[in-house]
Amino acid sequence: MAPAAPKSGDVIFASVDRVNAELFTLTYGAIVRQLITDLEEVEEVNKQLDQMGYNIGVRLVDEFLAKSSVSMCVDFRETADVIAKVGFKMFLGVTASVTNWDAEGTTCSLILEDNPLVDFVELPDTCQGLHYCNILSGVVRGALEMLRVALPEVFKQLRLIRAKEVEEVSMKTEVTWLRDMLRGDDVFELQVKLLKQVPEEYPYKDDE
Amino acid sequence: MVREVSESCVESLLAEIVLSYCSGFYANKPELAARRIEAIGFQVGHQLSERYTMDRPRFTDNLDAIKFICKDFWSELFKKQIDNLKTNHRGTFVLQDNRFRWLAHMSVDPSVQASGNIQDPSAMAENKSAQATGMHLYFPCGIIRGALSNLGIECAVSADISNLPAFVNRTCTPPTLSFCYSCMTEAVLFTQLLSEKWLFQSAVSSF
Repeated sequence: MAPAAPKSGDVIFASVDRVNAELFTLTYGAIVRQLITDLEEVEEVNKQLDQMGYNIGVRLVDEFLAKSSVSMCVDFRETADVIAKVGFKMFLGVTASVTNWDAEGTTCSLILEDNPLVDFVELPDTCQGLHYCNILSGVVRGALEMLRVALPEVFKQLRLIRAKEVEEVSMKTEVTWLRDMLRGDDVFELQVKLLKQVPEEYPYKDDE
Repeated sequence: MVREVSESCVESLLAEIVLSYCSGFYANKPELAARRIEAIGFQVGHQLSERYTMDRPRFTDNLDAIKFICKDFWSELFKKQIDNLKTNHRGTFVLQDNRFRWLAHMSVDPSVQASGNIQDPSAMAENKSAQATGMHLYFPCGIIRGALSNLGIECAVSADISNLPAFVNRTCTPPTLSFCYSCMTEAVLFTQLLSEKWLFQSAVSSF
């Protein structure tokens, strides 16, 4: 049976239950404010936001796969595109774009020009070093880790196992903010870097 | 055109707040966790009620303010109004939502309902599940308290649930959520929040 064609982000967003973005924006702002009060250190707040985002991403990816009909086995390039066009759209109602691919195809940038998290938000001077939207980097990292892609060519050279070829790996990534509109930049730029991985070694030989 | 996001975003965020504060920062201090979650809700309610009452004149009395919460405020948040409003005319109001959206995807562990009866006399299991879902109620309680505070009304808000849906596939009535709000002077406000069980019982007995 042929898999269903992937749906566009607009179509999915129109079909899910939606709420007023203000509730979302204000709730997130209140969370960040409360975390700053409770944790005091800006770096701790960044870490906590990333962890919260990771937990959310790991759960949201199920809804993403179910509603977008995206097939599991794609490569990192396609995955990044789908996350930007479909993933962001179906949850946040905005699309991101993917640019700045490196030669090996393992690093790219997600660019967000419109971000509901930061509506009406201004950072005070006391919050130097705060990555206000760090929950997004966690979400992307968590979601990617739950998806499996074909092993990129450049990593195949690192392969150590002798048994059956492993063609798929889950994506462990490092996600960092390169540009931040709350700090005066013109867009939000999130760099997603696929970490070199060795496919899992099986403790026993294949019986085939 | 009002900007929208998917409901999963809000629900995920709320679940994460509860997780972070209850299992993370204040793992063994549920009261402190509850206060923090309620404080987050308070801020949100405060700001939202400011935005939604920008073009209106001030409310003349408590009842008008409560009606605003039940109708316009609740509609903006949940696309429906409060289903039932009761009062004892002595400062206590009970707001009832028969299909509270944020709890619609929550259910009790089926092992608690092994006998098939929600009123299972297993007190400990009931307590645990009540505690878990109770944590999710502090946020909406905070929202209401924050919204009313911005309208000039100091109060204490507590919540109670009946009829949580179960994992088992059977027909259940949707979750019913009752908010009990009581006008209190500021001096006792702090203690009211911590002993909400007392508050609810006292409100019930005064009907």
